[in-house]
Amino acid sequence: MCSSNSEWRSAEVSTGTTIIAVRYDGGVVIGSDSRASMGGVYVSSRIINKVVQVHDKIFCCMSGSLADAQAVTNAVIHRLNFHSMQMGEPPLVQSAASIMKEFCYNYRDELSAGFIVAGWDRKKGPQVFEVSVGGMVVEQEFTIGGSGSTYIYGYVDAKFKTGMTREQCLTFTTNALSLAMDRDNVSGGVVHLAVVTEAGVERQLIPGNKLPVFHRI
Amino acid sequence: MSSIGTGYDLSASTFSPDGRVFQVEYAMKAVENSSTAIGIRCKDGVVFGVEKLVLSKLYEEGSNKRIFNIDRHVGMARLLADARSLAEVAREEASNFRSNYGYDIPLKHLSDRVAMYVHAYTLYSAVRPFGCSFILGSYDEDDGAQLYMVDPSGISYGYWGCAIGKAKQAAKTEIEKLQMKDMTCRELVKEVAKIIYIVHDEVKDKAFELELSWVGEVTKGRHELVPKEIQEQAEKYAKDALEEEDDSDEDNM
Repeated sequence: MCSSNSEWRSAEVSTGTTIIAVRYDGGVVIGSDSRASMGGVYVSSRIINKVVQVHDKIFCCMSGSLADAQAVTNAVIHRLNFHSMQMGEPPLVQSAASIMKEFCYNYRDELSAGFIVAGWDRKKGPQVFEVSVGGMVVEQEFTIGGSGSTYIYGYVDAKFKTGMTREQCLTFTTNALSLAMDRDNVSGGVVHLAVVTEAGVERQLIPGNKLPVFHRI
Repeated sequence: MSSIGTGYDLSASTFSPDGRVFQVEYAMKAVENSSTAIGIRCKDGVVFGVEKLVLSKLYEEGSNKRIFNIDRHVGMARLLADARSLAEVAREEASNFRSNYGYDIPLKHLSDRVAMYVHAYTLYSAVRPFGCSFILGSYDEDDGAQLYMVDPSGISYGYWGCAIGKAKQAAKTEIEKLQMKDMTCRELVKEVAKIIYIVHDEVKDKAFELELSWVGEVTKGRHELVPKEIQEQAEKYAKDALEEEDDSDEDNM
């Protein structure tokens, strides 16, 4: 699976990615890797942040084509801001996911980006939504996305339990991301984390050399 | 206060020297010419009552409904043709909101949007203002009961109780006597029926049908016409109450 020398120069920047979000009683933990690549060969950025804040307590993770993901995310930020001003209160996570879905679905022939929308709102508390490439929206307790996610389905399915605490969720997320970054060539770099609760948002960055190490041959 | 516009009332795009837009005021007069409707909010819901005048014995009972379902909310209005088109507008707003944002439209927002639409028709000479007022009500677990009214000038206000139509003053007086904040929907239904019966003018308008609907905890947040038995009980309560009171009751304003 090697591309010729010059193909990557003209390839689109994609966020070959691993993204993950987990809900616990009281908040959500959201995480991503930080690598942006071109043509599966060249790393165009080692420390890109894929966990974007779309409103005070709502975040979204980008995957797929970076340009598409950024364009949609910016459009969502704008719409959500407007909507929240009209309603006179912070938006629901459901609304953010819905707006995201409208873009992804209506422009599905031109776009190639998938998202995870997660956050906290006063009506339903912490929620995690997956908005896939074609515009499907599904609410879940946890979800993973991006190219690296394929390597960790077994891990997350085995390790996830309901009723985890915040610390357990952080460990779960960090481990999942490390494992994926270790195997997926287009995921890597550092781990960006965000924890959203009623009280607010806390962001963390775990450098590559501080990530958990698993058994290596 | 009946002044004639004389020259300043030909189009909605003209102000009079004393700052009034006569076309809008005439539209409000159209509302006043039509039969009464009231909406009252209580602690666990909203009840609507409409005095539907039966103009001919040949009309089928229950036709020409004045109460519309708009998503899970309600609208009631005069000048039926105008009302129907506004009900469609409100329905589309509610439906688009749900499609875009994924949850039920908050009533205040719906009311604002309908009000903006109505207001747009008061700006131009090429169109006439809508000749109808709208009462909207809803109930949900988080925000409780809400009641809003939109009038032809495009204003929307929230209310605990409101009335529109020919007997609105009398109806308002009756409504003010109620302690609606402490009542439940079931108690309120009877009071609403009673008010409509009280304000109905036996002399000028003969027969009328009472249309009652409600939305609240009792209907789990869905707007529905009041079930037949409850409606019959409410009407009986109203008729009994009318017989007990003096004829001079209606003069005590």
